[in-house]
Amino acid sequence: MTVLQLEQIGHAFLGRTVLDGIDLAVKAGEMVALVGPSGSGKSTLAHIAAGLLDPRRGRIYRSYRHHGVIFQEPRLMPWATAADNIAFGLVAHSRKGCPIFRTRVEDAAARVALEPADLAKFPAQLSGGMRQRVAIARALIAEPDFVFFDEPFTALDVALKRRMQDIVIDTVAGSGLSGLFITHDLSEAVRIAHHIVVLDSHGRGVAGGRSVPSSPGERDDRMVFETAHAFLTEDRLFAHVNDYNERSIT
Amino acid sequence: MLGTRAARTGRFLWSAWAGMAGLSVFAAIWQLGHETYGSFILPAPAETLVSMVGLLADPENWRLIGVTAARALVGFSAAALFGTAAGVLAGYHPAIMRLARPQITLLLGVPPIAWIVLMMIWFGNGAGTVAATAAVAGLPVVFIGAAEGIAGRDRGLDDMSRAVGLGPISRLVRIALRQILQSLFPALTMALGTAFKASIMAELLANAGGVGAELASARANLDVAAALAWILLSVASLIAVEYGLLQPVRAEAEAWRESARPWGVKR
Ligand SMILES: Nc1ncnc2c1ncn2[C@@H]1O[C@H](COP(=O)(O)OP(=O)(O)O)[C@@H](O)[C@H]1O
Ligand SMILES: [Mg+2]
Repeated sequence: MTVLQLEQIGHAFLGRTVLDGIDLAVKAGEMVALVGPSGSGKSTLAHIAAGLLDPRRGRIYRSYRHHGVIFQEPRLMPWATAADNIAFGLVAHSRKGCPIFRTRVEDAAARVALEPADLAKFPAQLSGGMRQRVAIARALIAEPDFVFFDEPFTALDVALKRRMQDIVIDTVAGSGLSGLFITHDLSEAVRIAHHIVVLDSHGRGVAGGRSVPSSPGERDDRMVFETAHAFLTEDRLFAHVNDYNERSIT
Repeated sequence: MLGTRAARTGRFLWSAWAGMAGLSVFAAIWQLGHETYGSFILPAPAETLVSMVGLLADPENWRLIGVTAARALVGFSAAALFGTAAGVLAGYHPAIMRLARPQITLLLGVPPIAWIVLMMIWFGNGAGTVAATAAVAGLPVVFIGAAEGIAGRDRGLDDMSRAVGLGPISRLVRIALRQILQSLFPALTMALGTAFKASIMAELLANAGGVGAELASARANLDVAAALAWILLSVASLIAVEYGLLQPVRAEAEAWRESARPWGVKR
């Protein structure tokens, strides 16, 4: 069953076309990775798919219950503590007074490896990686059945990134979560996604898609490395993604 | 939480102490002026303090200060309410902003004295004239503060709260209004001061009782000591309202800024 379907999505900012003719579908329990060079319109597409931006053209069909969004920046409320920021993910779902509220916040924080002592701090007192983990906890606390990830782990170090990826993989396998995962890191895409979609470098449609063999939880590091390497060196589809990586180094 | 509040109060009292040092410099210059020109033109600070204490001994004078403060506060509240509402609206809608800008310039350009004359014609010589003058004087600052706050808000937070499932009203209250506090509070502080000044001026010109009328009679009697004592009293009541009412609210709302400041840079 398809839970998210985009049909011929097109968008323009101030008359400049950013996206055109994008088709994309995500099935239930499936994680689709969207890769593409910087500025190709990935964030714009995520905002459109999440209903935060009205596209100029095209149609969106959603059949999940409710979604969570993890933005490229943490987008925390600077006046609220980490705990209150995480709890903000529940404002539309439950009352603040209810007793399980606190434990839910603590559970969500523990899942993203935030320590209880950090929960009383304000965003300005947290490191960049901690802020992003607060944002991830805020998106996951309401237990959405669909999550939009917009390059969420870029600010995290390697060990934490792995831990966060494992959380995503486990949640998808365990609770039937579906999602659209935007990244420019191809090995990350290979590690957590069932299917990889490459956006055209100028947002003119989808350049193509590849399914990743086996399911996300079963891939070991070697398989991830070799698959990503094979995609980059042998598959024409991923040429632009490689371009981007080279540019980002300089 | 209580601990941080106590620490904040302690720091505030400490800074009040520093403020006293500044005031004593002012008093010294005042004393110098007194010694040059004599008691008739400029009574000594000590003399003025004595006559101020003398004024405070009379409960009738407390009532007069209360009357003036109440009128100023009514005007200030009206300015705060309407100014914020209009400012928020204009902040959201650039078209309304473009329409409102010239009116604000107009409001700022009309001297308060002209308002007093108009208000006296419209409302007569009463409390209404005084409060309305205070409101008109404070309105533009509040409007600009609120409008700037909304226009300069973090739009990322709007999208975030939409993604979390918040409706437009909750978004306005929980996200937008929370963000404008930073630019709104300085504006409110200024509007409060303006409201006090405008009230006293209106009372003086309209002979509407309160501190202003006392100032008028001090002028008629050429009683400089009494005039200075009343001025001192009105400044003191403004300070009392600002630090007893406005600043504690601000400190409560902006507590996070305090903890966000790097260590050792606490003021
Ligand atoms: N609010 C906006 N107004 C105008 N142009 C925008 C806006 N947001 C994004 N763009 C432009 O749209 C293009 C795609 O941006 P974005 O979706 O953020 O790309 P990506 O996430 O793939 O790096 C960029 O060229 C960017 O400059
Ligand atoms: Mg982006």
